[in-house]
Amino acid sequence: MSTTATVHQTKWWSGGKSPFNLEYGKLMMWYFLMSDAFTFGAFLISYGAIRFSQNFWPDPNAVFNAFPGMGHQNLPLAFVSVMTFILIISSVTMVLAVHAGHNQNKNGVIKWIAWTIVGGLAFLSCQAWEWHHLLTGGHGVLVDGKIQMAVQNMRGNPWGKLVENTTALTAALNNTPHETLVQLIHFHDHTKTLQELAAMPDTQLRGMIDLAEMHIREKGPVAFGGYFFGITGFHGFHVFSGVIINSIMLIMTKKGVFERKGHYLMIEKAGLYWHFVDLVWVFVFLCFYLI
Amino acid sequence: MSEEMNTPQEVVTTHEVHHDEHHVHHHKETFITKYIFSQDHKTIGKQFLITGIIWAIIGGLFSVLFRLQLGYPDQHFPILETFFGHWAKGGQIQPEFYYALITMHGTVLVFFVLTAGLSGTFANLLIPLQIGARDMAAPLLNMLSYWFFFMASVVMVSSLFISTGPAAGGWTVYPPLSALGQASEGSKLGMDLWIVSMALFVVSSLLGGLNYISTILNMRTKGMSMTRLPLTIWALFFTAILGVLSFPVLLSGLILLLFDRNLGTSFYLSDIVVNGQVLPNEGGSAILFQHLFWFLGHPEVYIIILPAMGIASEILSVNSRKPIFGYMAMVGSLFAITVLAFLVWAHHMFVTGLNPFLGSIFVLLTLLIAVPSAIKVFNWLTTLWRGNIRFFPSTLFAIGFVSLFISGGLTGIFLGNSTIDIHLHDTMFIVAHFHIVMGVAGMFGMFAGIYHWFPKMFGRYLNSTLGYIHFWVTMIGAYLIFWPMHYEGLAGMPRRYLDKSSWVSFSQFADLDRMITIVSILVFAVQLMFVFNFFYSIFKGRKVTSQNPWGSNTLEWTTPIRPGHGNWEGEIPEVHRWAYDYGKDGREFIPQVEPIGANESTH
Repeated sequence: MSTTATVHQTKWWSGGKSPFNLEYGKLMMWYFLMSDAFTFGAFLISYGAIRFSQNFWPDPNAVFNAFPGMGHQNLPLAFVSVMTFILIISSVTMVLAVHAGHNQNKNGVIKWIAWTIVGGLAFLSCQAWEWHHLLTGGHGVLVDGKIQMAVQNMRGNPWGKLVENTTALTAALNNTPHETLVQLIHFHDHTKTLQELAAMPDTQLRGMIDLAEMHIREKGPVAFGGYFFGITGFHGFHVFSGVIINSIMLIMTKKGVFERKGHYLMIEKAGLYWHFVDLVWVFVFLCFYLI
Repeated sequence: MSEEMNTPQEVVTTHEVHHDEHHVHHHKETFITKYIFSQDHKTIGKQFLITGIIWAIIGGLFSVLFRLQLGYPDQHFPILETFFGHWAKGGQIQPEFYYALITMHGTVLVFFVLTAGLSGTFANLLIPLQIGARDMAAPLLNMLSYWFFFMASVVMVSSLFISTGPAAGGWTVYPPLSALGQASEGSKLGMDLWIVSMALFVVSSLLGGLNYISTILNMRTKGMSMTRLPLTIWALFFTAILGVLSFPVLLSGLILLLFDRNLGTSFYLSDIVVNGQVLPNEGGSAILFQHLFWFLGHPEVYIIILPAMGIASEILSVNSRKPIFGYMAMVGSLFAITVLAFLVWAHHMFVTGLNPFLGSIFVLLTLLIAVPSAIKVFNWLTTLWRGNIRFFPSTLFAIGFVSLFISGGLTGIFLGNSTIDIHLHDTMFIVAHFHIVMGVAGMFGMFAGIYHWFPKMFGRYLNSTLGYIHFWVTMIGAYLIFWPMHYEGLAGMPRRYLDKSSWVSFSQFADLDRMITIVSILVFAVQLMFVFNFFYSIFKGRKVTSQNPWGSNTLEWTTPIRPGHGNWEGEIPEVHRWAYDYGKDGREFIPQVEPIGANESTH
């Protein structure tokens, strides 16, 4: 740069041209991303403030240990790693789409932007499965001397402290009503149907329960669900918007809009947004799954 | 890097290419594309201004209503019951109504009038005209910016007409009051509508702000370097940056509030009992909302005052026929204020149990703002000093702005000290302080701008006689209304109380409150007179006959008297000097488009 540009020094800031040699839309995208970074920043800082005001916070290895089709195997963070991998790969395909645009390679743009859309949709599907799993999967929780079935939602969290006092647990088991016992067993053991279990007497049901394997916990902090669903939901909304934007880009490329314009700047702007959404995920991943 | 410059994208980076082809040949315009869904920045500016004026009338009327209550707490006004029914049972303003009135007064004036109405109007009108561009960078987004504001307005207006009334928890909408529908009438549907309306407002402000920033950076005409920009543009530039970076944080805070209200989350709620009923929420923090709110809320006051500062700087220099004093110091001060604006929010929260050590840091940062503010004040005064001042209504309002900014700014130094603030927090002293320094001063900046640029907007003048009456009544009235509130506040009189007559210690202020109420009604009437002047002059005002009626240097006065979409008929003029060559080398003014002469002195 220094050897070639000294002949005629351009006065970038003296008006009549863009000081960054950027088209205005890209500049607007950069400022928008800064703005959006503040939105996510506010969410994540709020989350941090509340989390560290609590005496206890659930262990992510216990919360996120499920994998589709693997039943109750303990696979901490395996699924979210797959999700993250998908999203990062989709950033790679986005880079390739932008690169193809630089080379005026229409078919290349179409191919890679399509793969980016596939990556975005795959990520959203994974998130849908994870949310569904958390919202419907029941867990035994010790409340007021009784065992209850609880799910992870906006109002409650079943991942409090692990109860290790076996005498208290045994006493609680004796207070626990029939339906809860049935659900508790059914959730961990699918060999018998709900009807079969419901027909059994309480004493027999209690005999089938291995308290150590059940990992009965106290109730966890309510704030967990609100922030988890709120922030991953807001991020998912961004991914969804990105998929919509990329789909529009795909249609416009196919129709030859950018070919006629002579440049693929719009793909670059969509790419900036997509990379930003991926980058935000890295922080969400760090704050909710790793720390 | 070098590879990128050779790609075809470089073609579009000069705005001549892609703008001239759009605007030089005029395409046919219908009434709808010209006045309603217009993409012309000048029309959009007028739309912001007129919507802002309508909001100002509504918001001002609310203040008259609650001043009636404060001045005459025992009196019955049957006409109020005629208009407002059970909200003013027996002709007396009911508590729920009172809180709705003050909440809406604050929301409307701060956001809809002094943000959208002020920077929305003047950023749209002035940025392309003063930097030498045919329009904003993205005219479509610019139009959407107005229509999002319009939608926000529709939602907010609709909340005034629902049976439970609009939001009534104060313009700061602190939870838990604002989060729990069962806590008050105003926390029911009205609060949800408030949040939705503000979310739309944030979108509007974002679309506008992105446009203002990229237009100023990218679309300046040849020769218009950043240091040749008029101070109005610098002020609007920093205003846009403040908005783009602080409104999203409010949006986050409001989304969480919406969840707390409707989805049963506990972001802001913990250990609450309402009407004997224990709520299940736990773990949240009401203080968290205050942090998120004031991270916007404090920059917001600079979003209001910076455009007013820019407008005052420009008008004072033009009408003193003198260069602005300390141009670079003015720009530096604007920048310093912008940075500090993000670092002082917790001075609104000294009484929340904030760690006193942390508080002392916020005290320090808050007091630091006095430095750039004082620099600006001295520069305005030295600009006026020994000038050939032309006392137009615009000049008077600009001088009035400086006066109010000094008076209100000094009490800011009181309040910035946490030790004094703990005594004065939530008293009438606060009301006095922020109304003078931000509310009325912001309005004065806006009035100055309207009187000065009305000829550019509509090709006619506002009536000056009405303008002088408008200025003097508003100026004297503003001091009569707000100055005594300092004394009430120092005596401990709380704000937001609808009837203080049962406290013996405040009964001495009953007559004072009555006086304030009478003056506010008078001042409100004079604003209506201004509105009449505004609309009358659009159609019947004296016509502008010369291109540059004020003898001003800036580029907007090189356009035709009634510029079309695209602003300049031929080429966009090139700029050769800064905007403030007044009274130089024996000449009254030298426009920016005039090349530097051979024997010209340097400034």
